[in-house]
Amino acid sequence: MRKLALNDEILLSVQQPARYIGGEVNMVVKDPSQVDIRFCMCFPDVYEIGMSHLGIQILYDMFNRREDTYCERVYSPWTDLDKVMRQEQIPLFALESQDPVKDFDFLGITLQYEMCYTNILQILDLSQIPLHSRERGEEDPIVIGGGPCAYNPEPLAEFFDLFYIGEGETVYGQLLDAYKENKKNGRNRLAFLQAAAQIPGIYVPAFYDVTYKEDGTIDRFKPNNPCAKEKVTKELVVDMDQVPYIEKPLVPFQKVTQDRVVLEIQRGCIRGCRFCQAGNVYRPLRERSVEYLKESAKKLLDHTGHEEISLSSLSSSDYTDLPELVNFLIDQCSSRGINISLPSLRIDAFSLDVMSKVQDVKKSSLTFAPEAGSQRLRDVINKGLTEDVILSGATEAFKGGWNRVKLYFMLGLPTEEKEDMEGIALLSEKIAEAYYDTVPKEQRHGKAQIVASSSFFVPKPFTPFQWARMCTKEEFLERAYLVKNKFREMKNFKSLKYNWHEADVTVLEGVLARGDRKVASVVEAAYKNGALFDSWSEHFDNSLWDKAFQDCDIDPDFYTVRERQIDEVFPWDFIDAGVSKEFLKREWLLALEGKVTPNCRQRCSGCGAKVFKGGVCYEDKD
Amino acid sequence: MKIRIKFSKQGYMKFVGHLDIMRYFQKAMRRGKINIRYSEGFSPHQIMSFAAPLGVGITSNGEYLDIEVTDQDTPSFTSQTMTKSLNQVMVEGIQILSCRKLPDTSKNAMSIVCAADYTLRFRERAILEDLEMFFEKLSAFYSQDQIMITKKTKRSQRKLDLKPLIYHLERRGNAVFMQVSAGSGDNIKPELVMESFYESQNWEYPPFGFLIQREEVYGHDQAGNKIPLEEFGENIE
Repeated sequence: MRKLALNDEILLSVQQPARYIGGEVNMVVKDPSQVDIRFCMCFPDVYEIGMSHLGIQILYDMFNRREDTYCERVYSPWTDLDKVMRQEQIPLFALESQDPVKDFDFLGITLQYEMCYTNILQILDLSQIPLHSRERGEEDPIVIGGGPCAYNPEPLAEFFDLFYIGEGETVYGQLLDAYKENKKNGRNRLAFLQAAAQIPGIYVPAFYDVTYKEDGTIDRFKPNNPCAKEKVTKELVVDMDQVPYIEKPLVPFQKVTQDRVVLEIQRGCIRGCRFCQAGNVYRPLRERSVEYLKESAKKLLDHTGHEEISLSSLSSSDYTDLPELVNFLIDQCSSRGINISLPSLRIDAFSLDVMSKVQDVKKSSLTFAPEAGSQRLRDVINKGLTEDVILSGATEAFKGGWNRVKLYFMLGLPTEEKEDMEGIALLSEKIAEAYYDTVPKEQRHGKAQIVASSSFFVPKPFTPFQWARMCTKEEFLERAYLVKNKFREMKNFKSLKYNWHEADVTVLEGVLARGDRKVASVVEAAYKNGALFDSWSEHFDNSLWDKAFQDCDIDPDFYTVRERQIDEVFPWDFIDAGVSKEFLKREWLLALEGKVTPNCRQRCSGCGAKVFKGGVCYEDKD
Repeated sequence: MKIRIKFSKQGYMKFVGHLDIMRYFQKAMRRGKINIRYSEGFSPHQIMSFAAPLGVGITSNGEYLDIEVTDQDTPSFTSQTMTKSLNQVMVEGIQILSCRKLPDTSKNAMSIVCAADYTLRFRERAILEDLEMFFEKLSAFYSQDQIMITKKTKRSQRKLDLKPLIYHLERRGNAVFMQVSAGSGDNIKPELVMESFYESQNWEYPPFGFLIQREEVYGHDQAGNKIPLEEFGENIE
């Protein structure tokens, strides 16, 4: 049996020791001495969160298909173990071999949300790897980042040796080959970084210099090494049927957030919501064929034994063969006690019919994401959902027996006025009224339950709103109170509920999302002040960050509430994500005029993603 | 048809708690393509029940769960094939030891559990210099007529005589072997016995001092005899 890195005394004195033992169903076992490359893949959050992430499962499977590579995993030790490891100077270890991460060739860290940045420093620190790329030597692993936050890697630039921009399936093979070749020829770390810099999609931050204007914005961003490219173009899979999908995903012992088979049906989105980073950076939409997915679903269910399967995509309703796929799954699953979960479905006759088959109507709720309270503001954000559609969808659902509705909104969107905010309460009220108008008293299962939640809007890179001013914490809270008070005036107040998100953490997310290299010092200072697990509200302590901003003499307002000029050079401008800055500019100006842009299947708007030569841009239009 | 499954839980699997082991077996039934029965209703669940939860940190050679399968009188499998199918989908550390058919009228394992065997080995760090003295004193402790202790639960404390609940206690090599009462009545944890012994000697009980292993779990038959749970079933040939 494998030896564990931690002894029984430690494991029996921390919460949930199964987080640290590995050994899960479908874990890959290899002899580390028989491979050329040891890759440790990290999700910088606690095990239950990290194990729920699809991307790591895909890369884990892909790397381990290579005979010369052993890919293992590591997650953030929870605060109890963190303390013990520091006290006893136990180096952070990978779950599979239980060997120290510092002995690996690569440490790959996925960047899924900004609030995990202090956890990245925890991982490096506990691994006993120098925090800064420039301090690392020949014995240290190559630290590489990827994932959505890599679309603005600058706040993390000094902590990483490399960033991989885009989807992992394409050039990781090339990168690993280059590493092996470099090692075989006895060449050093710098030589490898130079080779890596020439691979498409790979960004080596040390090979670029940034100079700033007096006002603090970027003057020039230039390569300082001949191997570094001017522009780093995102990598993307053109034909989704040509890349292997996982067959044997890891099945954790513990209950994790995504305790189910996740079937990725497509990547990208045709919708063009102007606030949505994923919808922009993952363009164009690329579907997997329904045959591929059927085959895949069968294998995944057989190999995991999961009791639930879920479809993953940004907007499942846009998948061409959805009815065929869903009927197949119902057919396969119903006799085997397997549930089907269908997130991100538009509510219409088809989806209501399907949902009534796969879930208990009385126990489940319907979800709408109008995102904004008024039609005017929904046009600004290009959310093609109208009040009529919402009300008729809800009415149909009420007829079908549902009485619970969840509504998701954002507050602090560009151009937002009082009427837009009040619209959140008014729309919720109309839905409640639709329930009481539709369902006769004797057929009601209690009151309608309409739960509206709002998060606060954070402008993200590579969206038309990347120029937008973000609200202050006070403005956010004022808006939330305004909505809350409006809810109190509603006739069906007792059927309505309104929640809102934390404001402190949103402001910080805003700084990190559009931050530049200067922000790195704040992240490091906050970590040294004790900030960790910032995405966990019970651990988030804003005062640690306030102090960090002061100590580093960095003004957070520069990144959040400042008005940006239309020609400003952004820290992430060196990345070519497909969607062009010209397109984003056009969209930003259209947004300010409240004009909508049709989706990719209605008309091509020339966003720039067509250069990848695939997906919806080349679909048959007949 | 009711099936009783016996398995062992060894190595690092001891850190996986009881609820997670239940979830693990639910998934294993699907991976192993066992035609387990499901309850009726909108969210059907597998008909499965465990005999006696095992604490985190304890290994075992005698864990039990009962399931029902859809096969009627003539099963499509034998004890051997079912054991094999399940072992093919197990992780390192969990091994299926037997799958046996129970009489249709038999009660589920949990309700008949009455006793369990445990072995307690000293961890290297906690090993005593004078083992002979340790076992002499332990033997004297056990031969008392009465062993009064205070058993603490979440809600209350109560005085309890441990003596009649320890069915057997002896030295085996350098380890302590004991058979104690288990199940829904008086469930005695082996640590409780050792803690009481240490307390009686005015010794400080070393936390994590012993490696504890459950060896077997027993149920009462109709005549009141203690029988390993496995023996309530018969082999399917």
